[in-house]
Amino acid sequence: MSDQAPKKFAGYLVEFETPHDIMVAATSVRDAGFTRWDTHTPFPVHGLDHAMGLRGTALPWIVMLMGVTGCAVGLGLQWWTNAHNYQFVVSGKPFFSIPATIPVTFELTILFSAIGAFLGMILLNGFPRWHHPVFSSERFRRATQDRFFLSVEAEDPLCEEDKTGEFLRSLGGSHLEKMEV
Amino acid sequence: MCRKTSEGPFDDREDTVSAPNRAIDLSGEQITLGPVGDRVTRIAGAIGVLGLVATALLGMQGGVEGQARAMNSYLVAFCFFLSIMLGALFFTLIQHVTRAGWSVVLRRFAEAIAANAPLMAVLALPILVPIALGRDLLYVWTSSEALAHDHLMAGKVGFLNPTFFLIRMVVYFGAWSLMGSWFFRKSVEQDTSGDPNLTVKMQSASAPGLFVFAITLTFASLDLLMSLEPNWFSTMFGVYFFAGSALAFFATLPIVSYFTQKAGRLVGLISREHYHDMGKFVFAFIVFWAYIAFSQYMLYWYANIPEETVWFLRRQTGQWESLSWLLLFGHFIVPFLALISRIPKRAKGTLIVGAFWMLLMHYADLYYVAMPHLSEGVIPLSLMDLTAMLGVGGFFVASVATRLRNRSLVPQRDPRLHESLAFENF
Repeated sequence: MSDQAPKKFAGYLVEFETPHDIMVAATSVRDAGFTRWDTHTPFPVHGLDHAMGLRGTALPWIVMLMGVTGCAVGLGLQWWTNAHNYQFVVSGKPFFSIPATIPVTFELTILFSAIGAFLGMILLNGFPRWHHPVFSSERFRRATQDRFFLSVEAEDPLCEEDKTGEFLRSLGGSHLEKMEV
Repeated sequence: MCRKTSEGPFDDREDTVSAPNRAIDLSGEQITLGPVGDRVTRIAGAIGVLGLVATALLGMQGGVEGQARAMNSYLVAFCFFLSIMLGALFFTLIQHVTRAGWSVVLRRFAEAIAANAPLMAVLALPILVPIALGRDLLYVWTSSEALAHDHLMAGKVGFLNPTFFLIRMVVYFGAWSLMGSWFFRKSVEQDTSGDPNLTVKMQSASAPGLFVFAITLTFASLDLLMSLEPNWFSTMFGVYFFAGSALAFFATLPIVSYFTQKAGRLVGLISREHYHDMGKFVFAFIVFWAYIAFSQYMLYWYANIPEETVWFLRRQTGQWESLSWLLLFGHFIVPFLALISRIPKRAKGTLIVGAFWMLLMHYADLYYVAMPHLSEGVIPLSLMDLTAMLGVGGFFVASVATRLRNRSLVPQRDPRLHESLAFENF
């Protein structure tokens, strides 16, 4: 790796051995006021979102908005095609009536909501992106097996290379390393 | 990613770090109703007796017509509580068939309500005995005079005749009584023996149980409710009744939990997480009911065949039309929007109000199904509607309270109890 450009400090990665340890650590990092940090665990840990002070996401509102849009599009499409742009009598039914339009409206509401939920999740998670500093660590691979990681990014306004390192070391993790890119 | 550390509206959980092991109190006072059960039994029992006597007296006053009116009130009230009982049986079976862990602290309520099946069989007697005696108070197909003038109906006599009807009723109530009592008995047995094999047994019984449940519920709804207008038919009617039943039970469950906790029982055992899940079930079955109700409506509306639309036409004529609108908005649109967010489902107050509202709407739904054949264009509200509800409801509640009087309110040695106590939503 020595043939590459000098690496830049990108933050810290702390390793923990139990869910309880990372929960305690997350509470301290939360209370210290960090904003650009995350935890990485091999399985969902109950209460960790609270320990991290995570707030609810805007995702439900995105889904709601998309659902309402889908509903309006469904109704509008059927009204415009059947009752406005190209009126055509089908078995003596009225050109436009609510009961007949419900199935398509329902399906489009669901479709738009689902697309909103999927793309909204992708965007809110900060995707698409090609790389994240945590992947510079070899040990981080164990985040999908048996270790619990807490990462603090260098872009956090509170993150200073020396002071934060000290603070994180005091949290009692089993390993601390700098992330570099 | 940017994360705010302030407390948002979703931060309503206990700090798991500061309280890693919540102490769970499983002492006798906390998990049995005791004297509260006695009080509930006495009060509800008295209301039940008064309600039934009042219904009978009011019905007697109006001659044959009054008796028929009383029978219809009674049928709606009976089907209301029958549907809650069936919903409870469904819940018990589903929890076992899915080996659910989250619901263990709530399952005893469902088991105790489902064990009301024999009581419902007794309460069915005022409907069944007149039919056995050859009276034609309730169902038009029991009247030989009506049959002589209605050839379409006369063609259905092979199925809709008093003898076969009564045989079917014995089968339905027999099956429900067997299942309801058996699941309650086995679960209570586990409280003392702690035998995990009982759980395995209940699990193996639940899958065939669901099969029997689905068949009996479907046919019972056709017999008890759809045959009020015997010339009309819907293959979706059974599912429609099921959707209402499940919803009625899921609305009952948070109410029962809430008042049990208010009486100082199961405090700390049923958590906000459990209420949240009950709320999800209420919401889900509001949507399911609407889906089924609309599917049934739209197919008839679109085909527009007189013998099929007659049922809906009657319900869109005169005052009945306003009841149709009430169901559309009150049973679906308003509660759908009110309960869609997780916040009202996690707040006990809003959930309980919503649950009471849904029970009211479920009653309106049964009224909408069972009453219009009596009077064209006019909603025939009567004091007997109320007294019949109090009568059947009183016995229903008293019976559950008696059953739980000295028994644990949770399956306390269920192998999945701890999973249920630790349950959390994401």
